[in-house]
Amino acid sequence: MAAADELAFHEFEEATNLLAQTPNETTTRSDQLGPKGHVAVAMDSGGSYGAEDEVEESDKTELLQEEKPQPGFWTFGYYQSFFDVDTSQVLDRIKGSLLPRPGHNFVRHRLRNRPDLYGPFWICATLAFVLAITGNLTLVLAQRRDPSIHYSPQFHKVTVASITIYCYAWLVPLALWGFLRWRKGVRERMGLYTFLETVCVYGYSLFVFIPTVVLWLIPVPWLQWLFGALALALSAAGLVFTLWPVVREDTRLAAGVLLSVVVLLHTLLAMGFLFLPAAASRAHGISPSSYLSASSHNVATHPTEVRGSLGRLSPQAQEMVTKGSPETSRSFCYFPDFSYKANTFIFYAKVIQRIYIKAGEGQSRELPGRPSPPGGLPSLGRTCSSWSIQRAGLELSLSSATSKSGVVRNGGTQLEENCLC
Amino acid sequence: MAEAVESPGDPGTTTPRPLFAGLSDISIPQDIPVEGEITIPVRSRVREFDNSTLNESVQNTIMRDLKAVGKKFMHVLYPRKSNTLLRDWDLWGPLILCVTLALMLQRGSVDSEKDGGPQFAEVFVIVWFGAVTITLNSKLLGGNISFFQSLCVLGYCILPLTMAMLVCRLVLLAEPGPVNFMVRLFVVIIMFAWSIVASTAFLADSQPPNRKALAVYPVFLFYFVISWMILTFTPQ
Repeated sequence: MAAADELAFHEFEEATNLLAQTPNETTTRSDQLGPKGHVAVAMDSGGSYGAEDEVEESDKTELLQEEKPQPGFWTFGYYQSFFDVDTSQVLDRIKGSLLPRPGHNFVRHRLRNRPDLYGPFWICATLAFVLAITGNLTLVLAQRRDPSIHYSPQFHKVTVASITIYCYAWLVPLALWGFLRWRKGVRERMGLYTFLETVCVYGYSLFVFIPTVVLWLIPVPWLQWLFGALALALSAAGLVFTLWPVVREDTRLAAGVLLSVVVLLHTLLAMGFLFLPAAASRAHGISPSSYLSASSHNVATHPTEVRGSLGRLSPQAQEMVTKGSPETSRSFCYFPDFSYKANTFIFYAKVIQRIYIKAGEGQSRELPGRPSPPGGLPSLGRTCSSWSIQRAGLELSLSSATSKSGVVRNGGTQLEENCLC
Repeated sequence: MAEAVESPGDPGTTTPRPLFAGLSDISIPQDIPVEGEITIPVRSRVREFDNSTLNESVQNTIMRDLKAVGKKFMHVLYPRKSNTLLRDWDLWGPLILCVTLALMLQRGSVDSEKDGGPQFAEVFVIVWFGAVTITLNSKLLGGNISFFQSLCVLGYCILPLTMAMLVCRLVLLAEPGPVNFMVRLFVVIIMFAWSIVASTAFLADSQPPNRKALAVYPVFLFYFVISWMILTFTPQ
């Protein structure tokens, strides 16, 4: 029984490798057990089955794909070939991205080397709209609790969210694909994915964030962190399991660096979703005193210094910091009332996020994120003492994180205000 | 009487006779008149049409287009399986609806440019580029509807949501409160469902059967976003 099981598993893997070479073949052969099915599969591949190497396999794949006459990229039929999926196939791919398994490579097993553009495009669009809508909803819910908060539809969140998500879902796969191609040039034995397959993997891996963002409406802090961590784990696991067969031929260092960079970028995106920047929610008329009456930190004495978490790095926000504009801006970042250590972690994670933003973009770009719903609850007030302890560390990190000297001066107080809920 | 020689099929013995083999044997008796007029229904209106649209009064021209638009509105409000929207597509109706919706959704005051509801341009862009994207999507998935027909259908099916916007604006004149919100929510949900049903009735047939859901989902997202814009409208 054990031998038959081993044979079955082994055969399935080889069958999917063969399927990668001939994408149009049906998958029924993989269900056949026993040496008969084994031989039948071998015969179909034309005898090259036994001595397959990774390099030859990828070469064959490219060759077989080039055999079909591809229409030119200026014709409509070329793009139609990327939308050649059925409803059941799309649902199957989404299920595959939700439940990543270590042995199953998303590209081989789910995409069957036929990437589509429908999934990535509409998943990104849905995610952008859902982010904006739930961000708006949390503001509505916050207003219910505290009628003094000024409600506004905040429609530009849609623009910001969609730009961020589409840039992530297209530029990061481009960079990854370019990097893999370069490594393949250096080391011949590495496998390769086409650009569209990479885009597909990233697009489908973002699907798990859609229900997560909706579930973030529940204003329970630890539950939000739990959902966020779960979504991030599922998504990053899917990416890692897909990339592992390709990079394992490379040196350990390059493989490790690549995988950790992929996971890090994904983490930053998830945290960008979670911490909605206050620069996007610069709402008027919100009186800080009533909103923070339960908090021990007295904001009313510093009404002009309440700033957004990321808006500070933009030039106009920078001027407001130094000049002190009369217009107040709410910070809807969300910090649960954890211990000192958790606060430190959260703070440094935000610093890294800012470094990423400063390094990645020339201009300030406001990541969409999450406004804080439970600001009115007394349990989420921030204690002054925990932050004052870190003030020295804050200023130091800020000076390294930002190149604008004006911020450092107000660094400590800025971050104090920044983390108000 | 006309007699035709026909052999009832003797099974297995005779060779099958060619079709109409017995026609030459038919004899027509003299007392049945075979005469009449053969007229081809010539569309003589076409000629008239060319000449007369130049000479007709402006009111006639405008009323004709308005009547066509109004007829399509009726088709949207009572969605049946008819081809009127698809056959005689026009983009006047969508333009009127989109401009009306964008004007009503616009915030009057300029308290904050960035923090308000959608501006006129944003609504316009969302409606038209959303419709174009959905059309491209359905064409790429293999649908056999033409580009402008699809734009026409999607634009006309915004009519229930425009009516919802009118109702919401009227309701917002009353005092704000949870009842106010519930009424608006109810109206918007009903109209959203109506839009989806109307557009699906027209669009779903043009898709291959195993991809219908893939083509309908973007329509759902499109009308959902418009409904959201209507629901979150606050007049300040």
